[in-house]
Amino acid sequence: MNNLQSLSLYWPELILTVTVLGAIIFDLFLPKEKSRNVGWFVFGGLLLSSFAIIGQDSQTTTLFMDAIVLDPFGQFFKLLVISATALVIIASQENNELKGYSQGEYYSLLGILVFGLFLMVSSVDLISVYLSLEVVSIMSFILSGYLKNDQRSNESALKYVIYGAFSSGVMLYGMSLIYGITGSTNFFEIQNQLVGGSGDYNLIFVIAIVMILVGFGYKISMVPFHFWTPDVYEGAPTTITAFLSVAPKAGGLALFIRFFHQVMGDGVALEGNGYLTNTELPWPQMIAVLAVATMTLGNLVALQQKSIKRMLAYSSVAHAGYMLMALPVLSSDGIQAIMIYLVMYLLMNLGAFFVVLYVKNRTGSETFEDYSGLGWNMPILGIVMTIFMVSLTGLPPTAGFIGKFYIFASVIKAGSQFYWLAFFGAFNSVVSLYYYFKVVKVMFLDGEKSETIEFPNKPILGLLLVTAIPSLLFGIYWRPVIKWVEYSFHFFTQIL
Amino acid sequence: MESNLLSLLVWLPVLGLLGIALIPRHRTKEIKWMAALATGIQLVLAIVLWSKFDPSDAGMQFVERADWIPSFNISYILGVDGLSLPMVILTALLCFIGVFVSWKIDHAVKGYFALFLLLDTGIMGVFVSMDFFLFYIFWEVMLLPMYFLIGIWGGPQREYAAIKFFLYTLFGSVLMLIGILGLYFTCGQTFDIQVLIQNAPEMLSGVMWWGMSAIKVIWVLLFIGFAIKVPVFPFHTWLPLAHVEAPTAISVLLAGILLKLGVYGILRLNYGLMPDGVWWFAGALAFLGLINVVWGGLCALAQTDLKKLVAYSSINHMGYSLIGMAAVIAAGSANGANTTAAQAGLAGAVFQMFNHGTISAMLFILVGVIYDRAHHREINGFGGLASQMPIYTGITALAFFAGLGLPGFSGFISEAMCFIGAFPVFKGIVIASTVGILLNAAYFLWAFQRIFFGKLNDKYSDLAEINSRELFTVIPLAIITVILGVYPAPFLNLVKSTLNLIIEMVASGSPIAGM
Repeated sequence: MNNLQSLSLYWPELILTVTVLGAIIFDLFLPKEKSRNVGWFVFGGLLLSSFAIIGQDSQTTTLFMDAIVLDPFGQFFKLLVISATALVIIASQENNELKGYSQGEYYSLLGILVFGLFLMVSSVDLISVYLSLEVVSIMSFILSGYLKNDQRSNESALKYVIYGAFSSGVMLYGMSLIYGITGSTNFFEIQNQLVGGSGDYNLIFVIAIVMILVGFGYKISMVPFHFWTPDVYEGAPTTITAFLSVAPKAGGLALFIRFFHQVMGDGVALEGNGYLTNTELPWPQMIAVLAVATMTLGNLVALQQKSIKRMLAYSSVAHAGYMLMALPVLSSDGIQAIMIYLVMYLLMNLGAFFVVLYVKNRTGSETFEDYSGLGWNMPILGIVMTIFMVSLTGLPPTAGFIGKFYIFASVIKAGSQFYWLAFFGAFNSVVSLYYYFKVVKVMFLDGEKSETIEFPNKPILGLLLVTAIPSLLFGIYWRPVIKWVEYSFHFFTQIL
Repeated sequence: MESNLLSLLVWLPVLGLLGIALIPRHRTKEIKWMAALATGIQLVLAIVLWSKFDPSDAGMQFVERADWIPSFNISYILGVDGLSLPMVILTALLCFIGVFVSWKIDHAVKGYFALFLLLDTGIMGVFVSMDFFLFYIFWEVMLLPMYFLIGIWGGPQREYAAIKFFLYTLFGSVLMLIGILGLYFTCGQTFDIQVLIQNAPEMLSGVMWWGMSAIKVIWVLLFIGFAIKVPVFPFHTWLPLAHVEAPTAISVLLAGILLKLGVYGILRLNYGLMPDGVWWFAGALAFLGLINVVWGGLCALAQTDLKKLVAYSSINHMGYSLIGMAAVIAAGSANGANTTAAQAGLAGAVFQMFNHGTISAMLFILVGVIYDRAHHREINGFGGLASQMPIYTGITALAFFAGLGLPGFSGFISEAMCFIGAFPVFKGIVIASTVGILLNAAYFLWAFQRIFFGKLNDKYSDLAEINSRELFTVIPLAIITVILGVYPAPFLNLVKSTLNLIIEMVASGSPIAGM
C-alpha cells in the first residue's frame, strides 16, 4: 500500500503523534508543580489510540511501501504496550522521586517511546526495525537519566547510552551484510532469497545473524548482552524501571519472533507446527543455548542481590530466558506460549515494581531490610507482594504458573530433542524460588509484629489490585487470555 | 447433594477461610471456633462419604466432572476409590484434631488458621482429584501455607527449615510437571487420570527418548517428586528439620498426611500408569525401603531430641510401606503368580500408611504436650516423669508401643503384612530389614525409659498433668489404633477391591524390553 493510502490505517499511531505534540504544548501552559497533569493528557491519548487499535479489527496488510505491517499479532503487542504504559503513567503520578522535577517531558517522552514500540512490533523491514529500535533506545536513555540530581540515575543513562550505541552499531553492520547477500531489506524478500538461494554464503550469513542478535538481544537483555540491565534498572526512576522491564521487552520479543520466523523460517512459516528453518544455520539450537544461559545467569546473580530493585532487574533477565525457550521449537504453540507468558509477566512484574515504588516512597531505599516486617504492618502490601513473588516463581495457582506451563508444554510437545531445555527451565524455577521468597521471608518471618495496620494510598492500592487480582485469577481461569492470544495469532505472511 | 460431596469436602475449608477473613483479628476465640466448625463439618462429611461408599466397587465413585480449559483438555474431575477414601478420612480427622492441637497458638491467630484451612484444601484436593493438572495444582497449593506455617510459627531454626522444605518439594514437583507434560503429549493429550490409566500402558510401550524407554524416564520423574514427600532416602534430609521446627499441629499434618501423599502418588500414578515400570523398579523400591528402615532406625536411636526421634521414626516406618509396595510383583507369572502375597504386601503398605498417620500424629501431639510444659524436648533432660504425670505416661506408653509395632496395635498388623507379602520375592531384603524392627523397638523403649523412669528431676516436680483438651486430641487416635490392631477387617475390606485391580494390572504387565 502506498504512503497516502496507508495513513487511513495508521490511526493509532497518528493519535499517538498528536497526543505527544499536544502534550508538549499543554506542558507550556502549566506551572512546574502542576506539570504532572500532562500524564493524564497522555493517558487519554493512549486510551483513544487503544480504541483505534481495537477498531481496526483483524485487518492484515502492509503499510508504507511494505515497511511495516498491520496484523493482529502487532495489535496484540500494541495493546500490551499501551496497558503497561497506562499503568506506569498512573504510578508515575505517585512517584516521589519525580517530585521537584518538571514532569511534562517525562510523559511526552513516554508517549514517543510508545510510538517507537508500535513501530517496532509492526516492522517487516530492516530499515524500520533499526529506526524503531533507535527511537525506543534514545527515549529510554533520557528517561532513565531523568533524575538529574541523582548520581545513580545519571550513571545508568550513561551506561545505557554506551551499550546501546555499541550494540545498535553492530546490529546495523549485520543488517548491511544481509542486504549485501540478498539485495533487499524487506523480510519477505530476504526470506524468498534464502529459500531459493544457493546457500553458498553461510559463513557471512552466520556473522550477520550473530550481529543482529546483538541488537535484539540487547533490547530484551539476553545474555551476554544484558550487562546494562542491573545498573540501568537500579538507577532509573522506579516507574521507568517497571516500564523498561515490560514494554520494550515485549517489543523486542515481537521483533525476535517476526525476524526469526519470517526471515529464517521456511515459506510456510507460522502456518503450522514443526516447520523447518530455511538455512543450514543451527539458529534454533543457538537460541536455545542463549535462553538457558540467560535464565541461569539471571537467576544465579539475582540470588546475591541486596537491593530488591536490582534483584528484580536480574529476575527480568531470567524471565527473558524463559520466554526465549519457546522460540527455538519452531511451532505456533511456542509463539503463543510466549504471548501468554508476556501477558502474565506484565501483570506480575509491574505489580512487583509498584510495591517497590510504594516502599521507596516511604523509606527512600529498596534494600531487603526495608521490607522487614512489612507483611505485619501493611498486610495488604505484604499479601499482594507475596502473590507477585509466587507468580514470578511460577507456582500455581497464579498467572506465572500458567505462563510457564504453556512454555514448558510447547517445549515438550516439540519432541525429545528439546527436553533438556525444559529441564533447565524447571531447575531455574527452583533456584528462583530462593530469592523471590527471600522477599516473602523478610516481609513475614523477620521483624517485629506491629499493632497498627497501615494501608497504601488509594491510587497505589488501585494499581496493586489491578495487577494482583488478575495475577491470581488468570492462575485459575485463563481462558480469556488464551482466546485473545489465539485471536491475535495471525500474521501478515504473504510473500511478495 | 450427593454428587457434590467431594467438592464440598475440598472447598469447605476455603469457605471457613473466607469466614475467618471476615472476623476481626483480635477475636481469636471466634476464629478458632470457625476453624473447628469448618474442619468438623468436613469430618462429618467424610464419615458420610464413608458410609455411602461401596467397598465392592473397585472403580471411582462419587465422580464429578466439569470442563475447565477445554483447549488444553484440562478438566475438573474428582473421584474417590478404595485407595483414596482412607486417606480422605484420615485427612479430615487429623485436620479436625489439628485445630484443637493448635488451640494455644497466640501469635497472629487469624493468619495461622487461614493458612491451616488452605493447607487442608490442598491435601484433600490431592487425594480426590482425578485430573493430573488439577492434582498438580493442589499438590503445589500445599507448599505455600506449609512454608508460612513452619516459617512464622515454628521453632528457632524455622526460616531455614521452611525454605529447605519448600526448595526440596519444589524440585520434586517441577520434575513431576515435566513428567506430566511428557505423559500428556505421548498418551493422547489428556490429563484425565482414568483415561491415562487405560491408555498409558499401551501408548507408552516402545516409545524411546534419547535411547531410553519413555516409561523409565517418566517413572523416574514422577518417582522423585513423590519420593521427596515420602521421604525416601536420600531425599529425606528436609524431614527431620521441618518436623522439628514446625508447630505441633503442623508436625502432625506433615507426618500424618503429607508423607502419605508420596506413597499415594506412587500407587495411584506410577503403579496405575506404568505397570511395566513396576517390574523394572520394584527391586530398587524394596531396597530403598530397606535403607529407610535401617537408616531411619539408626538415626532415631542417635537422637537426643524427642521430636527428632519421632521424625526419624517416620522415615523408618515409611520404609515398611515401600517394602510392602514392592511386593506387588509377586503376583506376576514370573514369580509364581502368588496373588496372596501381593495382596498382603500392597494392603499392608496402604494399611501401614494409614496407621502411621494415626500413630505418628499421636506421638507428635504427645511430644507437643511435654514441650508446652517443660519448654524443651531433650530426652536426657527428663527422668521419673511417670510418678509426676501418670496419665500422660500411660498414653505415651500406648503410643510408643503402637509405634514399635507391638501386637495388639494396628502398626503390628500392617508391618507384618508388608513383610509377609514381600518375603516370597525379596527374601534377603526382608530378613535384613528385621534389623530395623529391632532398632525400632530399641529407640522407643530406650527413650521411654530415659524420660519416664528413674529419679524425678526436681525442676519438674510441679509439672501439670495432661489436660482434657490434649486428651481429647489423642484419645480418638488411640482408639483407632487399638481397634484396628485387634480387628483390622473393616479397613482391609475397604481397600481390597481397588488394590486387587492394581495388582491385576501389574500382574498383566511385563518387564520393559531393552533399555
